[in-house]
Amino acid sequence: MLDQDSAYDFYVNKLGFKVHTDAPIGPGARWLTVNPPEQPELEIALMAISEGMMFTRESAESMRKLVAGGTFGFGVFECNDLLATYEELKAKGVEFKKAPTQEFYGFEALFKDDSGNWFSLGQKAK
Amino acid sequence: METYPKVYLYRRIVKAKLFIDDNYADAIDLGDIADEAFFSKFHFIRLFKKTYGKTPHRYLTYVRIEKSKLLLKDKASVSEACYAVGFDSISSFTGLFKRMVGQTPSIYQQQCLNKNQEMKAIPLKYIPNCFAEMNGWIKKSNFQEV
Repeated sequence: MLDQDSAYDFYVNKLGFKVHTDAPIGPGARWLTVNPPEQPELEIALMAISEGMMFTRESAESMRKLVAGGTFGFGVFECNDLLATYEELKAKGVEFKKAPTQEFYGFEALFKDDSGNWFSLGQKAK
Repeated sequence: METYPKVYLYRRIVKAKLFIDDNYADAIDLGDIADEAFFSKFHFIRLFKKTYGKTPHRYLTYVRIEKSKLLLKDKASVSEACYAVGFDSISSFTGLFKRMVGQTPSIYQQQCLNKNQEMKAIPLKYIPNCFAEMNGWIKKSNFQEV
């Protein structure tokens, strides 16, 4: 993540995820994980990309540029109703790379988080 | 038979859902929301449930209980949480909370406060070992000689 506070706002207030763990790990740093409300066992770590957190200053800078540029797609979420979720997230200001589209593998949209990581959003089979 | 484009229909249902999300603390008349969304009450309830898996009334209750959980985590008293999210009676709030969450508001609050206290006191308990090791917060545990 480029900024943990902004990521918190995006994942909790826009996506509607729950905070699982928010533990202090030294000055200005925290271990922050969230989970989708219907999947409490899945923890997603919102890790800041910064020097000292697995990164050197140079590698952190490179990684931040790559993330901000939308290089990484980090996963697939599923919802019950893709059109409704798409309309709701758009109303909350979430940026979509692809509107809901019927593909040969399923009904899918692509959205970006506040840092630039993108995710596929599919619809559960009804 | 439906005469609206599907997306237009979705936008109206989503708008109604977001209205509940934003105004859960007020005395919401679901008939008014249906009117505002240009649906008959019956049609509105049916479409809302088809989209979100809950009737608007059940969804409103769900939102209120979820918001009360956040307030309780933030150390609000049970009565403060009850009235802040739009319930009129502490006993009906407590009963609904227990039915939906599985424990009373005060026990839920105590567990959250205990967890928060523990997270501050011993954060490493909540951080995966591999990550903590990588950052040098704990000693490596694999392949150590006895």
